[in-house]
Parts: sequence; C-alpha cells; structure tokens
Amino acid sequence: MGLSRLDNLYRQMILEHASHPHHHGTLENADHQLELRNPTCGDVLTVQVVMQAGKVSDVAFSGSGCTISQASASMMTDEVIGKTPIQVEQMVMTFSKMVTGESTKNVEEILGDATILEGVAQFPARIKCATLAWKAIYQAIENGNKESTIGFMRHD
Amino acid sequence: MAKKMNNLSEDFPILQQKVNDEQLVYLDNAATTQKPRAVVEAITNYYYHDNANVHRGVHTLAERATAQFEAVRKKVAHFINASSEEEIIYTKGTTEGLNWIAASYGETFLKPGDEIVISYMEHHSNLVPWQNLAKKKGAVLKYIDLLPDGQLDMDSAYKQITDKTVIVSLAHASNVLGAVNPIAEVTKIAHLHGAIMVVDGAQSTPHMKIDVQALGIDFFAFSGHKLMAPTGIGILWGKSELLDKMPPLEFGGEMIDWVQLQKTTYKKAPWKFEGGTQNIAGVIGLGAAIDYLESIGMENIASYEKTLIANVLPEMLNIQGIEIYGPLDPEKRTGIISFNLKGLHPHDVATALDMEGVAIRAGHHCAQPLMEYLNVAATARASFYVYNTVADGKKLIEAIKATKEFFNNGIV
Repeated sequence: MGLSRLDNLYRQMILEHASHPHHHGTLENADHQLELRNPTCGDVLTVQVVMQAGKVSDVAFSGSGCTISQASASMMTDEVIGKTPIQVEQMVMTFSKMVTGESTKNVEEILGDATILEGVAQFPARIKCATLAWKAIYQAIENGNKESTIGFMRHD
Repeated sequence: MAKKMNNLSEDFPILQQKVNDEQLVYLDNAATTQKPRAVVEAITNYYYHDNANVHRGVHTLAERATAQFEAVRKKVAHFINASSEEEIIYTKGTTEGLNWIAASYGETFLKPGDEIVISYMEHHSNLVPWQNLAKKKGAVLKYIDLLPDGQLDMDSAYKQITDKTVIVSLAHASNVLGAVNPIAEVTKIAHLHGAIMVVDGAQSTPHMKIDVQALGIDFFAFSGHKLMAPTGIGILWGKSELLDKMPPLEFGGEMIDWVQLQKTTYKKAPWKFEGGTQNIAGVIGLGAAIDYLESIGMENIASYEKTLIANVLPEMLNIQGIEIYGPLDPEKRTGIISFNLKGLHPHDVATALDMEGVAIRAGHHCAQPLMEYLNVAATARASFYVYNTVADGKKLIEAIKATKEFFNNGIV
C-alpha cells in the first residue's frame, strides 16, 4: 500500500492551505482570544476573533503545527467569517462529528471547503490535530475573553 | 552466545505481521517493547497452573505462587547487582518508583531552602515529582545544562550541585537524545556534598548491564515493559539503610507486621512498601523477560545495538534536511534516534512512516522542558531494540526518503 493511502489525508488543497495558511498572524483589536494546546504533540495554537453586529468579522490564528492542524486552522478561518456564534458552534460540532466518523447532516453546506478534511476519520491518531483550531474558536467565543487565556483540550 | 541475534524476531509473534499491507518494522521501543513467546507463556502458565495470592495461604498453590514471586526478587537483585533482594521493591513502573522516593524519602528529609538537582533532559516522571516536592517543602529545583550535542554538561553539574543539595536525580539514558549520562561521576559529586543520587533507569536497563553498586548510587528505578516484560510491573531499588529510614506510603494488607486498634507496626523493607495484592503475574513475566535477556547476555545486547546504530546513524545523517538530536558517536548513545525533517512536522512524518509499516513515535516524548531547551515543538523518534536489524534501519531510511518526496511533490 505504502504512501498512496496518504492521498486520502493529504489532499492537494490541504497541502496548499498548510504551506500558505489564510488569516495567519495576529489582530490588534480582538474581542476574543484563546490559546489552545494539544497535549499529545505539544502544538500550541492561538485564535483571535473580531465581532461586528453579532457576527465574526475577522479572525486570525498563530502558532505552528503539523500539516493537518495548520490546514484545518486555515480552512476554519475562511469558513467562520460572517457567521454568528450559534452558527460557529454548529460548525464546530459538525466538524467534530465529521472527523470522528460520526454521521451528520448537511456537512458540505455547513462546513464548505473544510469538508475536504473528512479523510482524517481514517487516521484516528490525527483527529486531535484537525479539531484543535475548531475547539479554539469555539472556546474563544464561548468564554468571551478579551484577554488571552489558555483553554483546555477536552476529550470528545 | 546462546541465541543468534538475527533470528530473535522469530521469538516475537507480534512482529510477524503486516501493517497497512507492509511488513511491520517496530521502532517505538523507547515507548514500550514487544514480548517474546517465553514471557507470554510464563504468564499463561502461571494463570493455568499456579495462580494464588502470595504470602498468606498455606495451600500448595499459594506456596508455589509465593516461591515464584520471591524468586524473581532474587533474580532482579542479581540482574542489577543489588547486594540483597531485600533492596528490591515491586512497583508498577519507573514513574511510581520515582514518585515514591519523592513522597517518602523527600517528604521525610527535605527542608525549606534545600536543593534538588535534575537536568534539562529529564522525562516528566523524573521532573514533576521533584517540582511538586520542592513546592511543598519550599525547596529549590535546579537544572544541569546540556552540551550542544545533548550530553550532560559536567561543568554545569559541578556548579549546580552544592552543599545545599539533598537529592540529585538523573536519567541514566535520555528517552529523547539517547545520551547515556556519566552517572558514577555525578554520584561522586552528589556524595561529596552529602546528597543522595537517584537514577531513572527506564531507558538504560533494557540495553546494558546495570550494576547499581558499581555506579555507587542510592536509588534506581526501572520499568518491566521496556525490557520485554508486561506493563504494570517495575522495580525500585534502594540501599537498605535508606529504605529502612523511609516511611511506607500505602497502608493495608501484606505490608503490616501487627495491627491493633490504635497502632500498627510494619514489615521491614521491601515488604513494607508493597501494600495490597501485588501484580503477581507481572512479576512472573518480569522474571521470564530477565531470563530471556540474560540468555542473550546484556553485554551482547549492548554491543549488538551499538553496531546496529553505527550502521543506521551515518545513513540517516546523509538524508538531506534531517536534523538528529543527541550525540552522534554510537559509543555515547543508545538506540534512540530523535530527528526532524526540514519543513515537515513530526506528526506528518509519523503518519507517513506508518503507511510504510514503520512504527515510530512523534511528539514531545513527555519531555516538554527539553523540547523548549532544544527549541523545537516536537520530534520524531525511532528507537531500536535487540530484535531490530540493519534491514529495519534501511526500511526506516527508505520510508523517510519516500515521505520527503511525498510532501515535497504534493500528491504522489
């Protein structure tokens, strides 16, 4: 079999996002920010969010990580802009179900391009890499911290 | 030599399988090792024929179980050259052994302002117990520096260990860098200042002859599962005169001498530390693992692994964009090779190697302060054992090259 099966995980679009991540950096006037650590690999990811009229108007992430965590963070930032906190929550839940192989409805409609990460479900050791950024934005918005705090990876 | 090195893998049924349609090459031995048939059979035989609780029954099975349980204690004493089997305490692993030293010896003898000295290369199990103890006691935790190639900086050791130092605790061999520390030399410094010397032997005991008396140390802890024994069994060795002064930590059955309503007297060491029913099958398995290792010979294992690493390491170094952590001289290291590939995250590397049947570890290896010291988030780690071969090394190198190609070119 060899490396050919890797194509299911590392699709071209995923590799492109990882090497040129969108919204990578920091924001000046974030309304919410949160740092999340993946204890299994030591990756650290910080997510910042600006809200306007009850919707995400800007978002950024910083930190380094593996191809999957970086691509997932990049796609997450693309998809959450313009969404309300309730919509973001629904996206995070849907994403989590998708990468853990649980069946869920309207995945493409809810997650857009991030649906391409569904291949992660075949690589259980990499699920935490994929969910890191999504959990970070969920906790950032949920906690409403203007100051950066450290979140916790919860077991799904 | 009773056994031929190149045929050892035949003794390990688990190694005879394909993973992701590729022949399994197991190179995660620093995490845990595979078990030879002899170990699995010893445990099965024990459960089929001799299972009983030890030390209490008068029936035949209880006597058999007790005899085997105590015979392994003697075997372990001989294995690490302890002066008596009464210095051998059964634990569930290295972590428990180190925690017990901190909780019993440390809690009893440490005072505010005292110093505990460890190094930057320690596994969390030889770091967090001391950090916690230092906080509780108002003591100071100090770190010995490393040289650029990952070896212990002896100048720093001389500086950090002072008359205030009460405990020095070091890994015998690093679980990330593969470096083997000059324990006997550090022990002399520790003793000169009146400190005790604790050694984490998790990554050395499987790979070399251990002689606790020759090292001159005071405590030594190791795990069974890293030397072909089952998980959940380990050993804490301590000098008798220290064990006698230490209070027990777990109270209950087995460890008592006499119990009255308001007071209890305890057995002597090691039994005063072994409260409750022990992992008897684990002990039997440990005994079988030691027999297996000694049938090869620890010196033979050490020299075989050095030759193996001397073959693999130069070829790995030839891979463009690879960075290898730890000393490069095979004489100064064990078969643990931590590395990173330029521009690639170790998690991606480990997933790719797994697709080629090569099992390695990626992450911080329970050594986060070391990762920070090395200024990396994580590393990939291939770790060899005596059943691995030069062919396994070649497979690893091929798989690394294929991985690089995959990520450099996108889709293969």
